[in-house]
Amino acid sequence: MDRILEYLKKEREQEWRVEIRSKIKTKDRTSMERLDMPEEDPDVRNKSYVEVNKGLLVEQAIYEAQRCIDCVKPTCVEGCPVGINIPKFIKKIETGEFLESAKILKETNALPAVCGRVCPQEVQCEMTCFYTQKLGKPPVAIGNLERFVADYERNSGQISIPEISSRNGIKVAAIGSGPSGLSFAGDMIKMGYDVTVFEALHEIGGVLKYGIPEFRLPNDIVDVEIEILHKMGVRFVTNFIVGKTATIDDLKKEGYTAFFIGSGAGLPNFMNIPGENYVGIYSSNEYLTRVNLMKAADPEYDTPVISGNNVAVIGGGNTAMDSVRTAKRLGAERAMIIYRRSIEEMPARDEEIKHAQEEGIEFLNLNSPIEYFADENGRVNKMKVQKMKLGEPDDSGRRRPVPIKGSEYFIDVDTVIVSVGVSPNPLIPKSIKELDVSSWGTIKVNKDSLQSSVSDIFAGGDIVRGGATVILAMGDGRMAAAAMNKYIKEKVRNIISLVKEFKTIGDILDFATK
Amino acid sequence: MNKIVDKEYFSDNVVKLVIEAPEIAKSRKAGHFIILRVGTKGERIPLTIVGSDTENGTITIIVQKMGVSSIKLVNLEVGDYITDVVGPLGNATHIEKAGTVLASGGGVGVAPLLPIVEAFKNAGNKVITVLAARSKELIILEEQIRDFSDEVIIMTDDGSYGKKGLVTLGLEEVINREKIDLAVTVGPAIMMKFVGLLTKKYNIPTLASLNTIMVDGTGMCGACRVTVGGRTRFVCVDGPEFDAHQVDFDEMLSRLNAYKKQEEKAYENYLSKYRKV
Repeated sequence: MDRILEYLKKEREQEWRVEIRSKIKTKDRTSMERLDMPEEDPDVRNKSYVEVNKGLLVEQAIYEAQRCIDCVKPTCVEGCPVGINIPKFIKKIETGEFLESAKILKETNALPAVCGRVCPQEVQCEMTCFYTQKLGKPPVAIGNLERFVADYERNSGQISIPEISSRNGIKVAAIGSGPSGLSFAGDMIKMGYDVTVFEALHEIGGVLKYGIPEFRLPNDIVDVEIEILHKMGVRFVTNFIVGKTATIDDLKKEGYTAFFIGSGAGLPNFMNIPGENYVGIYSSNEYLTRVNLMKAADPEYDTPVISGNNVAVIGGGNTAMDSVRTAKRLGAERAMIIYRRSIEEMPARDEEIKHAQEEGIEFLNLNSPIEYFADENGRVNKMKVQKMKLGEPDDSGRRRPVPIKGSEYFIDVDTVIVSVGVSPNPLIPKSIKELDVSSWGTIKVNKDSLQSSVSDIFAGGDIVRGGATVILAMGDGRMAAAAMNKYIKEKVRNIISLVKEFKTIGDILDFATK
Repeated sequence: MNKIVDKEYFSDNVVKLVIEAPEIAKSRKAGHFIILRVGTKGERIPLTIVGSDTENGTITIIVQKMGVSSIKLVNLEVGDYITDVVGPLGNATHIEKAGTVLASGGGVGVAPLLPIVEAFKNAGNKVITVLAARSKELIILEEQIRDFSDEVIIMTDDGSYGKKGLVTLGLEEVINREKIDLAVTVGPAIMMKFVGLLTKKYNIPTLASLNTIMVDGTGMCGACRVTVGGRTRFVCVDGPEFDAHQVDFDEMLSRLNAYKKQEEKAYENYLSKYRKV
């Protein structure tokens, strides 16, 4: 960390930074009001897939960038899981050098347009921003600025490809092409490795493609960022399940030296209440995959989806918000969130809750389903719900929901989407016997290196965390890349020092047979 | 993209396809399936691997025209490519030397049954197989099944081939005649339900290989969930084979019909598109 701070300090002393800083007095900067993100009209957007957030205009971005006072100690950077040089990219916006700014983002972030859209900045960089910490004012809109720069570059047609070191010929693999795998691949290719990303589905992007809806993160935008990685030399293999199509041992025989597992938390949880397997009851994973990846709502595509009139989404996280807002867009008259705690305890981002409320989503807080009912064809048509009240705080520090006896009532539903979390997908852990796995099914790793119990296998993202965010997964990808590089370099050094000891050809042959 | 290298019609509606897929050919075992997609707008459909040729790097599947997706697949010719093929998925059949194995396959279900019968025979079991279909033209793979069965009984609903009657009639005859150690059944859910009811009556452990609706096939979505012994299981990662006496086949049947309306509409749209061309 000290080394990074030292570096950031040096960067801050560059002539252009000093100059731009002195153009506006700090006092004038801090008296500027934060700009809100322009949004599409709720009544328009809840009937289409257009993006909700429209992005900042050039003048707006420059204005917001001027609010950043370019602190001596940029605490915002500490709040960023991938360590973006935040003041530098913002000051490049202030000078109007947007393409330069994009290059700075891409030094440490393989997916800036994605992060600018889906990162929970309010609990990361914007929470550690000087404005939040010391002034008690709304922080610089770092996330909105990141998105602005990434979008500007993409629309400019002058997308820069980050520089990469000379190739070292060492083959490494990422298993899973979600945020952690892509971030890992971006860093490894820059360091000169020969990187292949294996993906089980037919498209690259993992949760960015199948999970997050178009109105929050258009797939085209993800594809542009993937294309940059492709141009940097990353090889992508779709329809390939490591552990099934080929094992890790098979891949080792093909010359892969080390592996990063970022296979995600792909196993949906259900509540195990009566009637949960009736037709019309989906996991959020299935519902979102059908709509986002398979484009089920588009009649040109073959995959079907049940688009109900009365849709209940069970859960209070971001995935629940994505599901319920998707259901609204598919034409639901009544799209409801059913959550057992109050709105304050909801794990979803405030922005997502606000957007959902604006779009006409009903919130049935302090309610929990206890049973589903179906018609004669086994299609869900009703659910029994129990009201809850908040009791004592539980392990998570949130007040525990307690059922209210005799409060049960019925709600008519024709579609239910269960969004009560996911578990790690056991497919890959199960295929590697020596791998240490927790009782939750997550891969156990050293928390500083993300190295697993098998020395040449590293892991990160939801397969380790059990269900977190895109940006934390990306941070893991970067950390694993750095640690893997160190591990491989050390291995190479050891071999070289061994080779140096050899005196005769016999020694070499002896070593080779070992 | 996987190339089709051979195609054979078993009947107007049932087609065998041999597909280039060297990695899958190498790693697959009896009981495994693949998921494939025809065209970039196609849906993902699961199909059991019937056989493989590791030397030529191919796998064999058998497809019956059911709806738009299977029609698109059957319409592909030798030299055409399937947009996506992924596998092998699911758990391989647990093959053991049980003694006498009574296998039953209905309709196109005989295709996934073939590798299972082959594996049980190769493991040293006596294998008796009952093949059932509505009529003679719909009996497939008879010769191949004979290669790995000590005895084959054919049942048709209309009596146009073999004996007249349902699969259970043929099975019960064998059960009454000799001691059966294990039964295996693959076919329409309704058939497997009745096979399960029959063998339960005689206390014969029975495996049913389920073919449910799937999307990803890797445990991610839960579209394929079934209730087995009161617990929810995923066919893709926990199956596809389960104890037939524990499977809630009625629930499975209703889940298989989840998209019936959409499928019918898609079929009409498909036909009208074709007519215009």
